[in-house]
Formats: sequence, C-alpha cells, structure tokens
Amino acid sequence: MIGRASFEAHDLACLRGGRIVFRQLEFRVDAGGLLVLRGANGAGKSSLLRMMAGLIGPAHGALLWNGDDIADDPDAHRARTSYAGHSDALKPALTVAEHLSFHAKLRGQAADKIAAALDAFALTKFADLPARLLSQGQRKRVALARLIAAPAPLWLLDEPTNGLDADSTARLETAIAAHRETGGIVVAATHLDFAGADAVTLTLGERKAA
Amino acid sequence: MNAAFALIARDVRLAWRHPNEIATILAFFVIAASLFPFGIGPEPQILARVAIGIVWVTALLACLMSLDRLFQAEVEDGSLDLLVTAPAPLELLALAKVVAQWITTALPLIVISPIVATMLHLPADGYATLLLTLVLGTPGLSLFGGIGAALSVNARRGGALLALIVLPLTVPILIFAVAAVDAAIAGLSPRPHLFLLAGLSVFALTIAPFAMAASLRQAAE
Repeated sequence: MIGRASFEAHDLACLRGGRIVFRQLEFRVDAGGLLVLRGANGAGKSSLLRMMAGLIGPAHGALLWNGDDIADDPDAHRARTSYAGHSDALKPALTVAEHLSFHAKLRGQAADKIAAALDAFALTKFADLPARLLSQGQRKRVALARLIAAPAPLWLLDEPTNGLDADSTARLETAIAAHRETGGIVVAATHLDFAGADAVTLTLGERKAA
Repeated sequence: MNAAFALIARDVRLAWRHPNEIATILAFFVIAASLFPFGIGPEPQILARVAIGIVWVTALLACLMSLDRLFQAEVEDGSLDLLVTAPAPLELLALAKVVAQWITTALPLIVISPIVATMLHLPADGYATLLLTLVLGTPGLSLFGGIGAALSVNARRGGALLALIVLPLTVPILIFAVAAVDAAIAGLSPRPHLFLLAGLSVFALTIAPFAMAASLRQAAE
C-alpha cells in the first residue's frame, strides 16, 4: 500500500531543557522495516519518538520520509504517522468502541475497521464497556487497537508492551508483522525482543553527550 | 471537517455522561446571582438597575469554571498528543473544543438566564435583548476563554491564571452587552451595541483558533 517508502534521520540532535539528549543520530528504515529503539532511561527514546511524530522539532539535522524533510510538509507527515505514546489517552466515560471510532474519524478515516481493531487485540467482548472499568493491560490494548482502527504507514510505539500479558504481546507482534507485510514501517521503543530478526536496532545514549 | 464534528460529538457525549459538571455550573450561576439581593438589599428598583450586570458577570464566572478543564483534561490523559498528531488542522480541532464547550456550558446558561433575571427583577423590556446579548456575546467569551485555557494548560493553579488572562479580555463584551440591555429598557434601539457585540465575537473567532493551536503545540512539546 505504501510502495517504496523510507524513513531516515540525518545528523539528528535533540535538546531538552538546555541539555543535549542525543546528537549525530543516523538511521534508515525502508518499507516493511522495524526499527527498535533501545537505551537506558532518559537516553531519549521517547523524545526521539515524539520528534518522529512531529510533536517536537529537532535541534539539528532532519528526519526524512522518502528523502523529503518531514518539517517541510507537516500535514502530510501527520497523515502518515500513527503515534502511540506512554499514556493511553482514554476518557473514562467513553466505551472502547467509541474510542476507536472517534480516533478513526479524528484521523479523517471511515470507521469501518473498528471490528478488525477490536478483534486484533481481543477486545470484542469489551467493546461496549466504558474505559473506566478496564484494567491497565486492557487500556493499553485499546490504545494499540487505534493503530488498526485508523491505518497509517508509519507506526511510532513508545513502550507498547508495557502492562501487556504474554498473549497480548503476541497479538501486538502479529499486528506489527501484518503491518510490515503491507509495506508499513514500525518504530518501537521497547526492552522486549520482537519477533523478526531483521529488525534494525538503534541504541541511544552510547555516544557521549558533550 | 469531519474530524472537528467528531470531536464536538465526543465532547458533547462526554458532557452528557458527566451531567454533574454542568449541574454544578448552573447551580453556581443561580446561587451566585441570588447572593446579590442579600448583599445590596431586596428593593426591586435597585435590583432592577443592577440585574443585567449581575446576570452577565455571574454567567461569565460560571463559564470560566468549565474552561478550566477544556484542554487540561486532554493534557492529563495524553489525548492532546493524538489531537496534535491528527491530520486535521489543530486550529480547527481547538475551535471544535470551544464549540463543544459553548454547547455544553453557555447554551444551558442562556436557557436558565431568564429565571435568574426574574429573580433580580429585570424589567420586562429587557428579556429579549438579554437573550440576544447572551447568544451574541457568549461565543466571544468561550473563544477568549479558550485562548486562556490553552495558555494556562501547563501551569500549576491554571484556573487562577486562566481568570487573570480571560477576565480582562471579556470587559468589552460585558460593556456592550449591558449597554444593549440598558438601551432596550430605556426604550432605545439596542442594535448598535448588539452589532458591536457580534463584532467582538467575530474578532475572537478570527484570532482564537490560531492562538489556541500555537499554545497547544507548545504544550505538547
């Protein structure tokens, strides 16, 4: 569906509160690729993901999609990016299905993949349950089901397996594999080993900050 | 555009499922306005003179109560990241949030305002104009309030800061709203004041989406 997309960083630097989090960062992922971010706490995994999502701007360097700087066309970049951050972004009073259909509409897509999204993370039983009754792991699954409800070529996942049990982690791996098969790119900050030995690993914090 | 309607629908649905929030605001409106007769005496003539001012000021303060949570709630649960990274323009989404706030807060306040006005002996000639001023003026109130809510989103004690930012901006709205009703009661045409009031709301509409989006992007960093 995406063809020959590529996502790369050139000489990327991140400055947070006057402190250099990382610099001279380089990576390249092609269509169907998986980039796993590793590094100690505070090494800048979340900052890098937020930078990839366009939430923060790079202090230096650039992120390129198919060779074009994402800052040149932020609208197009937002349309192709699905970001699943630390927080689940759930409203206690809304049901699981309402969250997913709202997310699809928010991203300008038809709400016709809700059933598939619920199924992918074993949430069908809880579709009509308000979010306030969900457990931590279930909440995380709703957040991840958004990726299926509103498809986008680039997935940015910040600690996606946090709070997930073994079965749910396997479901996430299946979803990631299916996404990569269609040419999607996944960037994930995680401590777990994802299935797929072809993943590119980028370890942050190895370079000494000056 | 659909994204904006979806956001309005979601916020209205959320408000519908938390009816106690709007009930609290409406109760505040009625109770705060009913304190004035105790403070300044129950003489109908005095009350009639100040009724319109009291209705407007208390409605304004009641509006402020709901603005406090407008963007704060989105920041706290992480929804702001999803709004900022959505393909739709953030200006439009911020405006949608304000529209939903207006529907769920200002509209109920407008509906019960005649009751409060009756309690304060507002002269009969003033009611139609009072409702008109509220309909024309509260959108401006919500929009200026949205700017304040977006600016104070990451501040501690954001509510107090919000009041400091928003209340000065609402002074012109208050002046023309009260002047319009006073004119109507005096038998004059309230039209010039109403036009100015509508103009203020249009002015707010032209700047608020951009100001809100800019400060929300800052907040999401």
